[in-house]
Amino acid sequence: MSAPIVKFKDVTKTYQMGPVTVEALRGVSFAIEPGEYISIMGSSGCGKSTLLNLLGCLDRPTTGHYFLGGQDVSQMDDDALSAVRGARLGFIFQSYNLIQQLSVVENIEVPLYYQDWPEAASREVAHKLAARVGLAQRLDHKPFELSGGQQQRVAIARALVNDPLVILADEPTGNLDSASGVEILKIFDELHAQGKTLIIVTHDPTVGKRARRTLRLCDGLIESDVRH
Amino acid sequence: MSAINPPASHESAWRGLTVARLKRAVRLGLRSLWQHRLRSLLTVLGIVFGVCSVIAMLAIGEGASYEAQEQIKSLGSQNIILRSVKPPDEQKISNQGSQSYVLNYGITYADAERIQATIPNVTVILPARNIREYAWNISKRVDCEIVGTVPWYPTMRNQRVAQGRFFTDKDMATRTSVCVLGAEMVPLLFPLESPLGKHVRVGGDYYQVIGVMEAHGHEAKTDETTETKDKSAAFRMFVPLETIKMRYGEVLMRRRSGSFEAERVELHELTVKVASLETVTGVADAIKTVLERNHKKKDYQIDVPLEMLRRAERTKQIFNIVLGSIAAISLLVGGIGIMNIMLASVTERTREIGIRRALGARRRDIIIQFLVETVMLSGIGGIMGVMLGVTIPLIVSHTAGMKTIITLWSPLLAFTISALVGVVFGIYPAVRAANMDPVEALRHE
Repeated sequence: MSAPIVKFKDVTKTYQMGPVTVEALRGVSFAIEPGEYISIMGSSGCGKSTLLNLLGCLDRPTTGHYFLGGQDVSQMDDDALSAVRGARLGFIFQSYNLIQQLSVVENIEVPLYYQDWPEAASREVAHKLAARVGLAQRLDHKPFELSGGQQQRVAIARALVNDPLVILADEPTGNLDSASGVEILKIFDELHAQGKTLIIVTHDPTVGKRARRTLRLCDGLIESDVRH
Repeated sequence: MSAINPPASHESAWRGLTVARLKRAVRLGLRSLWQHRLRSLLTVLGIVFGVCSVIAMLAIGEGASYEAQEQIKSLGSQNIILRSVKPPDEQKISNQGSQSYVLNYGITYADAERIQATIPNVTVILPARNIREYAWNISKRVDCEIVGTVPWYPTMRNQRVAQGRFFTDKDMATRTSVCVLGAEMVPLLFPLESPLGKHVRVGGDYYQVIGVMEAHGHEAKTDETTETKDKSAAFRMFVPLETIKMRYGEVLMRRRSGSFEAERVELHELTVKVASLETVTGVADAIKTVLERNHKKKDYQIDVPLEMLRRAERTKQIFNIVLGSIAAISLLVGGIGIMNIMLASVTERTREIGIRRALGARRRDIIIQFLVETVMLSGIGGIMGVMLGVTIPLIVSHTAGMKTIITLWSPLLAFTISALVGVVFGIYPAVRAANMDPVEALRHE
């Protein structure tokens, strides 16, 4: 068996909210192998968002260790974390989070921009990926000219552009109608088939069921870890 | 699929600012400024007007002081000029119209000799008598000042003869009736022909024109530095001193409505040339003492062009300091305006900042993005200000006839400062943008 691509070891996260200390995660350990398609589920307030922020290197654990691709990223400084996000992670958000003044191609290119890719090369990759998510005809459109499903497909292309170790999706279908949602999930299935590692945070059971493994969080602890 | 280096080392986080990245940042910034073009324009107006007013005012001030300095220089910086002035109480008497009163005042030949004899470092002395008269050419007439003087007048006063020649020692000795006209007179007296060889009548005497002086600037206009002069003083006609003495004697009669007045003035003007620039002030003081001892009333005036020049330079310095503070204030105000808008822009784009941070932008990248935008904003404002500031003096000198000089350094300086304002006032909003927590920023609506 290959080494885990994501490994959480006794991770806790506490927030200081004024006088109150909130324990969002209270010791979470799990490992994800390369190529896994995993959903993280749980009711709101269970620590899902905190876990996602930690997985996405947007935040650091209070205690414990997070190994991403074998590298301990739990105590890295801000610049190093930025570099990790830019090179190893792909983000897909509920509200797409495209940059409004940039065109489709430019939005896809953003991660490469911060990797100092030469312009011509990044343009080529962005074109390829736009075609792959079915937006070859809309390269120069602005996000507001696209439907929600199309915008989310741009976001997927953007998440793939840096060939990340892990793709993180936060409620990717939350803002979409069911037809577009199904379309997005179909793309995820394809990505899984290609061997990408996918982590989807959701509270929608239909979405959660498509994954091959479900991690259920409750009150800052892992309640269940089911493969199906 | 693609070759991406793992971001393992710290070195990658410190990758410097490449030219290509800066170019992209500039393009991105331009686009974002263009998207809010009205807002950008209004924001930079402060800088535009600040820069523009500095350049324009400097150009106008520079032009004015240049003219004044040229004026003073034409008097000769090594010269000390003494002028006969009607003493104030005498003036009163003559105004009352006493019938046969002969005014006795002014600098005398004795003064000239005394100065030459007693004060060291004095090289040349230039006496001159000025008489106001009409000069005629048949029916054309000019109210001019007839200057009786010596042959070395032009060399000492930095004036040149444009046509013909100035009179010589021989003319002086033989008291010939020749004259050299001021350039300004020529078109009035001899509009069609060359004046050389022609005759000009003054009173009952004819003077042959042997030369024409070179015009030197707008003497009448900017002459507040010298004595109070009326316009006709611009018209000057030079005649050998000895000839004047012979024609007019020492007493000058002037008829006025109903009464007449007589003045006895030996020399109207005496120019003393000093051997070197360093001794000018000392000699001027010495002359002052000599004259004070020999004149009961203050019927003379001492002008030292060098001192006037220094005063003019000091005035210019003060002017520049005042301008500098106005510029500083207006650029400060402009900078605050820019900072205000950039802060608003940072808040407005919190979400974008969050997205960029999530996609791998370091704090530094965000700082660069916003700083580039601010610097471009103020830089564009600076360029607009320079263009406007260069145009306004041109319009002023074209319409108002004032001389303006745009020195090379003033637009450069103004532009540099405006760009610096961008950096200084851009840093705070940029740092604020960079220090946002990416998680918070992503959640921002």
